[in-house]
Amino acid sequence: MSARRPYIRPMARWYLRDPFFIEYMAHEGTAVFVWLFALELLAGLVCLALGEAAWNGFLAWLDWLPAQIANGLVLLMLLYHGITWFLILPRTIPPVRIGHARLPGWVLSAAGMMAMIAASAVLATGAWLLARGGL
Amino acid sequence: MNDPLKRSHEPIFWLLFGAGGMLAAMLGAMLVFLLAFGVPSGLLPAEALSYTTMRDFAGNVFGKGFLFAVVALFFWHAVHRIFHSLHDIGIHAGLPARVLVYGTAAIGTLIAAAALLAIGF
Repeated sequence: MSARRPYIRPMARWYLRDPFFIEYMAHEGTAVFVWLFALELLAGLVCLALGEAAWNGFLAWLDWLPAQIANGLVLLMLLYHGITWFLILPRTIPPVRIGHARLPGWVLSAAGMMAMIAASAVLATGAWLLARGGL
Repeated sequence: MNDPLKRSHEPIFWLLFGAGGMLAAMLGAMLVFLLAFGVPSGLLPAEALSYTTMRDFAGNVFGKGFLFAVVALFFWHAVHRIFHSLHDIGIHAGLPARVLVYGTAAIGTLIAAAALLAIGF
């Protein structure tokens, strides 16, 4: 046991010190909502496997107002996850080069977000066609 | 860390995190919208979420693969990020916490596989 008590920089609530840190914790925090949505989908799958009555119970859950509010929050958080995922993409993947020139970060982010919009449109169209008995 | 030849498991979990994060970024918001608000908003007809439609979709090989990938990868993405955020909020989690957090993804993956197999082809 040393008698010295060296100064240790306090780290409590460090993430509130700077807007950059607050945003970091916010986008990392979306994982909780991704987890909750995975759990909701899993519950749906289990109900679907159990039969029509269980599935209709799951549909009733989706129609329940508190669940609608919760799903609204999950929707916002997944939207935030998608946008921030592509905003930080230039820092999370290796540099992309075309010839000798390094592709600017904003090009990668923009391409990612356009891919997000395109993929979402394809998914919505697919769901619509499926409901019409097409596809 | 002392043995330079010791392999880390981290790349496997990081790969699952990355794949799930990309899938959730691309499709997550639209999936929530379609499931929770697709029919109420009028975008989808009421039969979109009917038992017959969903059983047909989950019974199809591609539908089954899609549903499994979404549920499993969303779980693995989420647990990896949540586990590493524990450190950021001052919880220096060890192996038991790791097993607890990643365990939810493992169990979720197994239940999803069991449910999809029970639905049949």
